[in-house]
Amino acid sequence: MPDTQALVNDFLNKLKKRKIEGSQATARQTAELLRSVISQQRVPYTNQAGALIDAVKAIGEQLIAANPVELAVGNIVRRVLHIIREEDLSLTTAAIGGLNLSAVSDDENDDDRDGDSTLSAAAVAAAARSTLRPPSLQTLLEDTPVSAAVPQTSSSGGDSEGKSKSADKSSRSRKLKHDVIEAVNELIQDIVTCHEQIAEQAVEHIHQNEVILTLGSSRTVLEFLFAAKEKKRSFRVFVAEGAPRYQGHLLAKELVARGLQTTLITDSAVFAMISRVNMVIVGAHAVMANGGVIAPVGMNLVALAAQKHAVPFVVLAGSHKLCPLYPHNPEVLLNELRSPSELLDFGEFSDCMDFGSGSGSPLLHVVNPAFDYVPPKLVSLFITDAGGHNPSYMYRLIADYYSADDLVVQRRATAGN
Amino acid sequence: MGAQKKRAAAATAAARVSEDPDDLARQPLQAILLADSFTTKFRPITLERPKVLLPLVNVPMINYTLAWLEAAGVAEVFVFCCAHSKQVIDYLENSEWFSQPNFTVKTIESHNIISAGDALRLIYEQNVIHGDFVLISGDTVSNMLLTQALQEHKERKKKDNNAVMTMIIKKSKPSPITHQSRLGTDELFMAIDPNTKQLLYYEDKADHSKGTICLDKMLLAENPSISLHNDKQDCYIDICSPEVLSLFTDNFDYQHLRRHFVKGLLLDDIMGYKIFTHEIHSSYAARIDNYRSYDIVSKDIIQRWTYPYVPDVKFCGNRATKLERRGMYRASEIEQSRSAQVGSFTVIGCGTKIGSNSKISDSVIGEGCTIGSNVLIEGSYLWDNVIIEDGCELRHVIVCDGVIMKAGAVLKPGVVLSFKVVIGERFVVPAYSKVSLLQQPTVHDSDEELEYADNSSGTVEFSSIQGTADQSNGEMTSESSEAHKPKLGTGGVGYIWSICEGGQEEEWRHSVAPIPEDKLAELSEAMDDDQELVTQDRTALSTSGELISDSNASEGDDNEDSKDDSVYFEKEVEATFLRAVEENVKVDHVILEVNSLRLSYNMTSADCAGAVFYSMMKLAVKTPHSSASELQQNTANIITTWQKLLKSYLLEIDEEVCTIDLDSNYICIFSLLVN
Repeated sequence: MPDTQALVNDFLNKLKKRKIEGSQATARQTAELLRSVISQQRVPYTNQAGALIDAVKAIGEQLIAANPVELAVGNIVRRVLHIIREEDLSLTTAAIGGLNLSAVSDDENDDDRDGDSTLSAAAVAAAARSTLRPPSLQTLLEDTPVSAAVPQTSSSGGDSEGKSKSADKSSRSRKLKHDVIEAVNELIQDIVTCHEQIAEQAVEHIHQNEVILTLGSSRTVLEFLFAAKEKKRSFRVFVAEGAPRYQGHLLAKELVARGLQTTLITDSAVFAMISRVNMVIVGAHAVMANGGVIAPVGMNLVALAAQKHAVPFVVLAGSHKLCPLYPHNPEVLLNELRSPSELLDFGEFSDCMDFGSGSGSPLLHVVNPAFDYVPPKLVSLFITDAGGHNPSYMYRLIADYYSADDLVVQRRATAGN
Repeated sequence: MGAQKKRAAAATAAARVSEDPDDLARQPLQAILLADSFTTKFRPITLERPKVLLPLVNVPMINYTLAWLEAAGVAEVFVFCCAHSKQVIDYLENSEWFSQPNFTVKTIESHNIISAGDALRLIYEQNVIHGDFVLISGDTVSNMLLTQALQEHKERKKKDNNAVMTMIIKKSKPSPITHQSRLGTDELFMAIDPNTKQLLYYEDKADHSKGTICLDKMLLAENPSISLHNDKQDCYIDICSPEVLSLFTDNFDYQHLRRHFVKGLLLDDIMGYKIFTHEIHSSYAARIDNYRSYDIVSKDIIQRWTYPYVPDVKFCGNRATKLERRGMYRASEIEQSRSAQVGSFTVIGCGTKIGSNSKISDSVIGEGCTIGSNVLIEGSYLWDNVIIEDGCELRHVIVCDGVIMKAGAVLKPGVVLSFKVVIGERFVVPAYSKVSLLQQPTVHDSDEELEYADNSSGTVEFSSIQGTADQSNGEMTSESSEAHKPKLGTGGVGYIWSICEGGQEEEWRHSVAPIPEDKLAELSEAMDDDQELVTQDRTALSTSGELISDSNASEGDDNEDSKDDSVYFEKEVEATFLRAVEENVKVDHVILEVNSLRLSYNMTSADCAGAVFYSMMKLAVKTPHSSASELQQNTANIITTWQKLLKSYLLEIDEEVCTIDLDSNYICIFSLLVN
């Protein structure tokens, strides 16, 4: 346990001091941290899922508070919580199924079910999500005492199970943890490979001799454009430089290194150039539940320009960027103000910043927000690692990845539960 | 002590360093953090709490420094505690700094240390510094990246073993009116070699009334190019080689880091140690030296120049604070009345209550404060658990922990209330006064010459009038008490510290309050006069009537008349010269005219040369030009045209150099003024 605590503290420090840049790196490191937390967590005899959820929530709460602007942290914490719930559900439903079946007929079926769930827990979880739930509702109506407790609190479910099948217990606890870690590994794998998965779809979207506009720099966009280039598509890219950090310059450099015809423009020139553009492809910082996008500053301008000229506005986002919260939620911190020194040299303007005379407050204020909010109506298409989606479909995608109980990651909520 | 010992010590230090030059790169970076500024500028607050623990935007100052050191890649920090060392150590032990991975904080404690020099000598004795280290004091806020400066320092060190220190500087224009930087420190003059960035001259106590500074002529002789800056700010962040510590040990009279050490090294040409500068542009660095810089740095933090060390980022275990519109930071659990108006660039700490119709703007309110209704708070700093009753007015003040202000009390700008002071009802605390529960110390400590505070005269009158809580009778109305002796009103507790004679005038310079308009007007008038004086008379008397000995002063300080004469003489020569230029008078005629002037004013020919050269330079500066190179071109043209005139007064070549050296000082100043 102490070494996980050290790991957690280390990661918390990095988050607090804004040392990790980019949602993908943050998401991957969060998932890895939670994996080690889960593997270190001692699982009690009963209610393993509850214990794991509590442990993850306790740490998740700290992580989210450490850098509330980086929504990917919260997303991953919720994803892991969802995984635990799903695995637990699949195991209990399997066990209940086995119980019911054994009560009805023979043992063979039971073994079969168990084997199934060990083989592909995620598949069963997915199945449980779509198919097993309605039947469990049915069973809930039919035989109340046993299965009514199952979906409500896993503890009572575990207890009732413990009474009936204590021999199966130890194997089940190991299996749950094992399954959860397996699923988290898959999640990490997904995060790592999200660029490739998104990039695979590039040829379907980028056509011959098209002009693509992008703003700032995004690794996803870069890979996406490369993938299209590799498939022998020839197209041109306009890169808006992305003031004040000018990461567009870096993107342009990398694009040119890969032999793409690139034009660098200022952010303010976007409107002038948009009429020549066939498609706008940009990265995002986060995608909210309503399909709104939090993206580097200046994106709303680009989106409005695209709408004005009816140019498709395509947002690339790995599934770790899908945030189950709505942007009007007061807990969501949409923006971060960065240092004004990115805009202007402090030394040059030090005389404007003189508080020593007059009313004591300077006449010049410098505001440097990091992000923009692009409303869902301006977005034409989302491309995630699970395919292309309409903004209005986002809520459905989010329901697949997150469970509604975890939207508020706070232990108080768990205590109430 | 002799150079032998010096050399021996330096040799041992060098040997210790150069044991394994490759090892240097891998060595973890160390830092020395002086948790004591060895000054008295923050009195009376620092009588009760060390300066580094004073809250800066609700976070103790030392946290900013430590957080920066940690982020800059320093692995080990030695915190040197002196005054109130117990408080500092207790604080650090309870903070998270002792439990950081890859970052160790060690404290060194000593009580009989009275200067930074002594502290460094003690650290040298402990033999804990093994490589290059960062020398910083615990009141510095920065977010710069050290890597580049460190790299430069190491490369220089490899080439030249005498490059012992790299000083971080930053551009900051001083106010032309007050001659102080925005941080309230004195205008700083630095001469830097533009190519190597070597520091050649450092003067932070220039005499502005005279409008001149003196450079050693050897500087000009030895260096092909020098740029003289008055728009640089010393960040007090130094990257030092271990030799620095041994240098302090060798020169046991070095006390102050800048005044003694830096100037000592610059003057000392035997050992040839060199100091270099590294200028930072976009990142932030500033040291809190006085109340004014406390105010300015707080505002810079609120305006996020110090990102990521801002209130809404939890960089050191500070409370969660949310940044709202117009730069308003609010912690959780704030009780705020609906009618209260909280303006922009305000920070409000956790658990603070604000009553109805109160107005707060440009201020920092600590944790657990209670603010009544109809209170006006403007540009002020309230620390934790302050109670402000109804109808109080606070403008540009600092109020420490646990202060109680009874209803209707008013604090004029620049007031500092130390811990737990109670201000009585409807009492008006006069501007710039400092109030403490402790009496003002009557006699200065033995380290008086080390206290670079304003009270240089040292004539401190003991005046401590106590308004204790038990004096609650009816006759204690504020008028009667004021007439008798200035109490703190009914029920007030504390002493108003008297400001010593010399300090009173200077109080506004370093106060937390902005400089009042009338002062500015007064100063700019004075400056206009000054400038006239400067143009007429470069050896003008300083207003104090004190003569600062410099190369020119020796001629003129025996009587006033000769001084006046020389002024008029120069004016005459200048007029003659300008007329000559305008009317294209022949050089020979000009020589004749100037000669007659020389005879009538009884001057030497060297004076003539000086005056002529001065007029030539002035002409050059006045000629319209757009860039420095153009100016240089102009100057060269004028000199070549009129060199005959100049030569006729200069008999020897040596003398010529001398004049040029002397006068180029003024020209430097002029070009600064022009630019």
